[in-house]
Amino acid sequence: MRHVHDRGGWPDAGLIARAEHDYAMWEKRTDAMLRVLTRDRHIIRVDELRRAIESIPPRDYETMSYYERWITAIETLIIEKGLLTRAEIDRRVETIAATRQV
Amino acid sequence: MEPQFKPGDRVCIRVDYPARHFRTPGYIQGKTGSVTTVHGAFRNPESLAYGGDGLPTQFLYLVCFDQTHVWGAYPASPDKLYIDIYEPWLEPA
Amino acid sequence: MAHNHDHAQEAHAPIEDHHEMTLYEKRAYAIESLLLEKGVLTADAIRQKLEEIDAVTPALGARVVARTWVDAAFKARLLANAKEAIAELGIDTDALTTLVAVENTEKVHNVVVCTLCSCYPRAILGLPPDWYKSLSYRSRVVIDPRGVLREFGTELPADVEVRVYDSTADMRYLVIPERPAGTEHLCEAELAELVTRDSMIGVARARTPVAV
Repeated sequence: MRHVHDRGGWPDAGLIARAEHDYAMWEKRTDAMLRVLTRDRHIIRVDELRRAIESIPPRDYETMSYYERWITAIETLIIEKGLLTRAEIDRRVETIAATRQV
Repeated sequence: MEPQFKPGDRVCIRVDYPARHFRTPGYIQGKTGSVTTVHGAFRNPESLAYGGDGLPTQFLYLVCFDQTHVWGAYPASPDKLYIDIYEPWLEPA
Repeated sequence: MAHNHDHAQEAHAPIEDHHEMTLYEKRAYAIESLLLEKGVLTADAIRQKLEEIDAVTPALGARVVARTWVDAAFKARLLANAKEAIAELGIDTDALTTLVAVENTEKVHNVVVCTLCSCYPRAILGLPPDWYKSLSYRSRVVIDPRGVLREFGTELPADVEVRVYDSTADMRYLVIPERPAGTEHLCEAELAELVTRDSMIGVARARTPVAV
């Protein structure tokens, strides 16, 4: 059975949306972060990123945006490699949510 | 190690859908094409994806397919598909 | 509005107030700030990569294409070994794994995709457009390239061979569009301005000069 990321010839694909969006800062920073992790630090390989993206549940894969899949995969790998724990990230998310309230 | 195939060889793409990471698209599996380029030896992405060292390396080929062969409904045309495929996925046709 | 300048905050990106951060955005900042604190990332390294993201645009690829249009020997070298030829122009090719230049002619039109993810020659074209990464492009361009090109306003005669390259491995493909007619009088810099990102992906031809 085809994996959800294996899209060549996937039926009912529809018209191609041509509008291009300006990258949000978090998206650029996610891209930058991946470049540092792969090219500078050699902590993550691009093949691992692909594998982690491919392991996103199919329904989520199809509805998440491009960089949402990237940051999800980066989180998976960072935890897998023991650099951070899920709990640490959750706690930091809480802190960010609290301090960024205007 | 020498490449098993050379430019001009007819090859058939294996059919397989392993649960692990692999780079041979489903739409080309079971199809037959011609080797156009031998790119050389590269580390195996199926191993690299899990933190492996990707060794031993595998030969990578650019394989050319007729669109009318790959897709049942493709109208008569000279159009082609070019796909990079690793040697373990190729069989002599 | 009080700004909180404690230690953890300083490692963050400049705070973008007045918007609701999404779940993923928060996780991105959480991960980045934690990795900065642990020394896995440095602010300098992030900054350098952000500069790289902003600096690398399709203008780099356009320079390469324009050079092929005026210098046949350069074109031959590019088709034989794209990375080496591009380095001649002073363009940094370190981030390129392997680049292959494929030439459009009267008889052959090339178009590139990555059906499995979003492989793209970023080092020479910058970030790929949203549509290139979309599920619909990835699905349709391999099975109906002429229909996709038509959507982009590009019609090709039936006797032209359309070649779709699916970037499944380390090779990145750069399309060299045909030099438009009526450009004999243009200098290399002016030629480069005709070379669009979309023509180097292969969904479009290069622009024609504006009629005077």
